[in-house]
Amino acid sequence: MNLPNSVTEIIQGFENGKFSSQELTKAYLNRIDNLDPEINSFITVCHERALLDAKKADRSRANGSANKLTGVPYANKDIFCTKGVRTTSGSRMLDTFISPYDATIVERLGSQGMVMLGKTNMDEFAMGSSNETSFYGQVNNPWNTNCVPGGSSGGSAAAVSAGFTPVATGSDTGGSIRQPAAFCGISGLKPTYGRVSRYGMIAFASSLDQAGPMGRSVEDLAHLLAPMAGYDSRDSTSSMVKTEDYFGNLEDELKGKTIGLPKEYFSTNLDRQVEGVIEEAIKEFEKLGANIIEISLPTTSLSIPAYYVISSAECSSNLSRYDGVRYGHRCELPTDIEDLYKRTRSEGFGEEVKRRLLTGTYVLSSGYYDAYYRKAQQIRRLIKDDFANAFTQVDAVISPTAPTTAFKAGEHQDNPVEMYLGDCFTVASNLAGLPALSVPAGFVGGMPVGLQLIGSYFQESKLLTLGHMFQKSTGWHQHFSRDESKGAQ
Amino acid sequence: MSWEIVIGLEVHAQLATSSKIFSGSSTEYGAKANTQASAIDLALPGVLPVLNKKVLDLAIMLGLAIDGEIASESIFSRKNYFYPDSPKGYQISQYDKPIISRGQLKFVNNGEEKMINITRAHLEEDAGKSLHGEFERSTAIDLNRSGTPLLEIVSEPELRSAQDAVMYLKELHCLLRTLGICDGNMQEGSFRCDANVSVRKTEDPELGTRTEVKNLNSFRFVERAINYEAARQVEVIEEGGIIKQETRLYDPEKNETRTMRSKEDAHDYRYFPDPDLLPITITAEHIARIAKDLPETPWNKRLRYLKDYGVSIEDAEILANSPETSVYFEVCMRQSTLSPKLIANWIIGELSALINKSSVTISKSPIVPERLVSVLKKIEDGTISRKTAKHLLGLMWDSNSSADQIIADEGLSQVSNNELLEKVISQTLTNFPSQVEEYKTGKLKILGFLVGQVMKQTKGKANPAMVKALMEKNLRQST
Amino acid sequence: MPITEKEVRKIAQLARISIDDKDICSYEDQLNKILAFVDEMKAVETEGIIPLAHPSEETQKLRSDKVSEKNQRESYQSVAPTTENGLYLVPQVIE
Repeated sequence: MNLPNSVTEIIQGFENGKFSSQELTKAYLNRIDNLDPEINSFITVCHERALLDAKKADRSRANGSANKLTGVPYANKDIFCTKGVRTTSGSRMLDTFISPYDATIVERLGSQGMVMLGKTNMDEFAMGSSNETSFYGQVNNPWNTNCVPGGSSGGSAAAVSAGFTPVATGSDTGGSIRQPAAFCGISGLKPTYGRVSRYGMIAFASSLDQAGPMGRSVEDLAHLLAPMAGYDSRDSTSSMVKTEDYFGNLEDELKGKTIGLPKEYFSTNLDRQVEGVIEEAIKEFEKLGANIIEISLPTTSLSIPAYYVISSAECSSNLSRYDGVRYGHRCELPTDIEDLYKRTRSEGFGEEVKRRLLTGTYVLSSGYYDAYYRKAQQIRRLIKDDFANAFTQVDAVISPTAPTTAFKAGEHQDNPVEMYLGDCFTVASNLAGLPALSVPAGFVGGMPVGLQLIGSYFQESKLLTLGHMFQKSTGWHQHFSRDESKGAQ
Repeated sequence: MSWEIVIGLEVHAQLATSSKIFSGSSTEYGAKANTQASAIDLALPGVLPVLNKKVLDLAIMLGLAIDGEIASESIFSRKNYFYPDSPKGYQISQYDKPIISRGQLKFVNNGEEKMINITRAHLEEDAGKSLHGEFERSTAIDLNRSGTPLLEIVSEPELRSAQDAVMYLKELHCLLRTLGICDGNMQEGSFRCDANVSVRKTEDPELGTRTEVKNLNSFRFVERAINYEAARQVEVIEEGGIIKQETRLYDPEKNETRTMRSKEDAHDYRYFPDPDLLPITITAEHIARIAKDLPETPWNKRLRYLKDYGVSIEDAEILANSPETSVYFEVCMRQSTLSPKLIANWIIGELSALINKSSVTISKSPIVPERLVSVLKKIEDGTISRKTAKHLLGLMWDSNSSADQIIADEGLSQVSNNELLEKVISQTLTNFPSQVEEYKTGKLKILGFLVGQVMKQTKGKANPAMVKALMEKNLRQST
Repeated sequence: MPITEKEVRKIAQLARISIDDKDICSYEDQLNKILAFVDEMKAVETEGIIPLAHPSEETQKLRSDKVSEKNQRESYQSVAPTTENGLYLVPQVIE
């Protein structure tokens, strides 16, 4: 069968009896089996479980108890705990970890009747921007397999892009949904901090981590966001603010909306051709009736240093639980408790993770706390204030998602800082806790370019409207990296 | 020139909650290993803490009782260290902004009233338990206790003797129990204490270097350990040595303190605000709600017993120091117009004796306040003597019958019948002629012997005052 | 001020990560690159600015004191490296 191109199309297909969930699930599984070896976007594929869930979905559709999303296949980033299914966070440390419980969002999507195809590849513990730090091997960009798919949700992005799944979950600590979405030519939303529960999402940096939907179109993001969003009593940092109807306003006119263009974002390390694509996109928004004004986010240039200090500090503490005592990797024949800790952790963690644990330990240690950690938190306040200021004038802030298109694998291997600089447009919204959307906006040299829209707190709906109207008029999201008709048989 | 001991105490009180501070696991003591360790207590990947509201309420109660500052905004921090019974690799505690600061506690030692400043009281989670020696070459970890809520109460270094330290601790222990903040069970580790001890010459304005003595799980050990440690420090200094700032462990069997094995690395706990827990806000309304139902502190209760009831200082202490005893006493007071002293005497005397013989607590005593009151009323109206009352109480302990019923069944009523008594008295005077003679020659003390004989004849049921009066009358008449 | 080899060893100990002697220099070098980069923060005056620990402006939500967890020892210990009689075992720790 020809695979459908969107969740909306799948829902219609079920309703018209064009295909069953079982047929569709089987087709996606086949396509993964046939084509993923080239991409490596999945760590675990759940053949049996998915087919069983699809069967259940078909039954409930037949007896009228189905929800809108019942039977729709999807994939989870391997950062989300899935009961009875291996959950690795891309690390050797959790290579054998079968989670005894479900993350809240896994539970919520499951209770909609959605069918989990498998767990997608990712940078180890979500620390990376290229998906090269995974214990399960790098993921290749479906547009050009010599290039990285971005990270850390690179598996989810590549899988959606290659048509292995209609939608997938991701997590975003400093751009980990948006940057791979941009590199793979799909759409991705990092919601407001606290909009989606973090319970069961393996922590990287708790005050920055946020789960969100990834899909081809903004409309598909809305489909996935609706059940994901909302307060969870198991995550006390999740918000009590009411969720919106993410479909109701999708077709709203852009007339009267103001979009801010931060002058600091168009700096020297922005690729000129990427800049050109963004300029075209801005013109498109103007055509749609939006008003574009220049704004200033003066502290923005310090967002990456502040981000690396804060995220490393938090992860150095969050990852202390991996000690070889209760679960996960344990070294062979430890001689004493210190040996158990040190060998377990040195064997279980990869290089990038270790680097960040050391950095984080250093910036929190006695004598350095004020100069690094405290300073970074002060800058964090300035960044938040910059945005608060901007949002008194604008509905959204526009920028590229990343300064370049997907780079070649291995390109930043030697200098971690070069890689970190690639996150210059994305980390600020994590520090401030703001929602941000990336949508495809064109191509440079055959590789997709992403456009980022940052909104004010809990204004996901407004961002989705902007993204959806842009997609309706440009169609950039309908460029697919892989022939849709292949591999599903 | 003499030495002065300077002591500051850190008390870890387990808060009286049903569930843990950040998870819904039970805190019940004594469960099978790791059966009360949830995903959160085990620090599985992805889990998050959610704060138990009751721990805030209990901390606020203490804040009110010690007249401390209750922070309107308070935060949790992470204290990072690796230890196998610390599953997250950090302990959630409070560092910068503790929930309670600057309180005071009054206590009495040897009749002298003293006041100690409490620096702070902060919330934190307990660690699990490491069991050494049960398995060969292994340490076994039980995480049932992991995440149990604790309130750490830190005093200023203002205590000046081991005895003061003990009296302060007893007062705090009593306060926590009375307010229902902590069950105070020291065997189960619900109330633990570390002591910071230093010594200095009395006229020295500077404090000496302190050591922290751990593992003090009884009041007796606190006193012994402090005295030992102070004597050790004096000895070291007098021999020209210096005191090292260190943590020492008290060994009750040897009655000594010793250096705990120092860790390979210097501690650097890297405290930072826990990003999984947002700041706690405590509103004035919240505090007012707790204040409204705050039980009376033992200190105020003692004062009230002295002032309103006129009981002795000793009795006031005994009654007020145990929340259960004071409840018992006050129920008795509400149920009768008997004199408070009479009730106090019987609770502290006979009832306590019966309780001590069995293993129940006063709140579980088969002689509920109503029953004690019924016995005491029988003394007041002359139905039974005090001695009979004692006997009656013993019978009631093992029986469900009322006092009236037992008095009737066992024939315990006092003999107040003149005719009957006259008969026994004249019989006694006939039986002891020489004693009667002695009385007549002026040895009036012999009267006691004769009265005693009558009591013996009547098996103690005679009203002794009446016997004495009738006996005197008879003796006067026969001269 | 660049990080020294001694400091690298100290933080590796705090983080319980063992680093081979031959790799110490490369870690030292990488950490110094990262620190030099984050030192850019010094360019901004932050005197008097209250540190922001968290983007959320909400306050701590509380749960009521109810026992909601059941014993799941068997399931939790099924993923444990070494257990006996329901206890987790580690190499002997000397107090």
